[in-house]
Amino acid sequence: MTDEGIEIRVGIAEGAILRGKGRLVTAGLGSCVGVVIYDAEGRVAGLAHVMLPESPPRDIRAPHKYADTAIDWLIREIVEAGGCPRRLRAKYAGGAQMFQGVKMEALRVGERNAEAVKKRLADRGIPVMASDVGGHQGRTLWFDLPSCVLTVRTARGETRAL
Amino acid sequence: MNSYELSSADLDALREFGNIGAGHAATAFSALVGGVVRISVTDARLCRFAEVVDVVGGSDAMVVAVYIRIEGEIAGNMFVVLSTESADRLVDELIPGREHGRPYGEMEYSALGEVGNILSGAYVAAIADLCGARLTQSIPAVAIDMASALLDIGLMYGSSEDNQVLLISTRVTHGGREIQAHFFLLPDFDSASTLFQILRGKMPSD
Repeated sequence: MTDEGIEIRVGIAEGAILRGKGRLVTAGLGSCVGVVIYDAEGRVAGLAHVMLPESPPRDIRAPHKYADTAIDWLIREIVEAGGCPRRLRAKYAGGAQMFQGVKMEALRVGERNAEAVKKRLADRGIPVMASDVGGHQGRTLWFDLPSCVLTVRTARGETRAL
Repeated sequence: MNSYELSSADLDALREFGNIGAGHAATAFSALVGGVVRISVTDARLCRFAEVVDVVGGSDAMVVAVYIRIEGEIAGNMFVVLSTESADRLVDELIPGREHGRPYGEMEYSALGEVGNILSGAYVAAIADLCGARLTQSIPAVAIDMASALLDIGLMYGSSEDNQVLLISTRVTHGGREIQAHFFLLPDFDSASTLFQILRGKMPSD
């Protein structure tokens, strides 16, 4: 489903806010998680491409990179753009383990990212409407306004609408 | 000048380092496939992570990646990345009697892992020689998917804005066939300055 309007592409460890009509896109999520927070009625949405579960104490230059700071950044920016805090909802996808058969903590970061996103959204009281996490495949995703549909496509060509 | 910026002499040195590694790898490849294997370095430089994804064809490009973790005096994540076409040629070469175009199974993954192991092992040996350090490498993990999805875990230890990657692109030729293989080393944050100092300080051209 396309709602027309503008398309904003979000790179790794980046974030963007969209108002009105359009689409937020992020490509090639592996262990990363794409988090969307939106206010359907207010027609405002934000997407962050989260790379790691937790921000280190001093790194404030890249809030979009970490689950905790990315979610707080999204809430702040969406409210600033006219979103209503009570109406905020979330959808997210990603957190795969791309390389199998090797038992290394580093390769499990996808799972930890997805957990961190879930926890932070719960801490901030934002209901999760849909999510698609885990597995062993990369995902490209896009979120359309005003329909608020999050579409997930894998490299094998499977597409899911959340 | 910060630790990531390299002079032209340093770049020559980096290319030389690439050639040393390629030499080791060619010998190991010859033993694996028989006959003469030539490996030439087509590019050797430091670049940003975002560029790595472009080098292999863009974030959506389907690629084969072999992941190897190194530990020791220098710790980091290594990837050997091949286009799917190069990987096809390689598995045909490595698995005698393989029916071309057959879906990848355990044999194919194992063959690709071995190729990644040889290439990365050659560069690990070259680094170890230069710094006299003992380095260990993990067993290889192989996956086929979108480039950026495969490479994003490489960044988790070196989570700095200035994150730089050592890139060495090679062309491997054997019996009239040619494949392109890209080698990436993403040193962990604490290891990055050590590695780059070694590369610029102990190079033959200095």
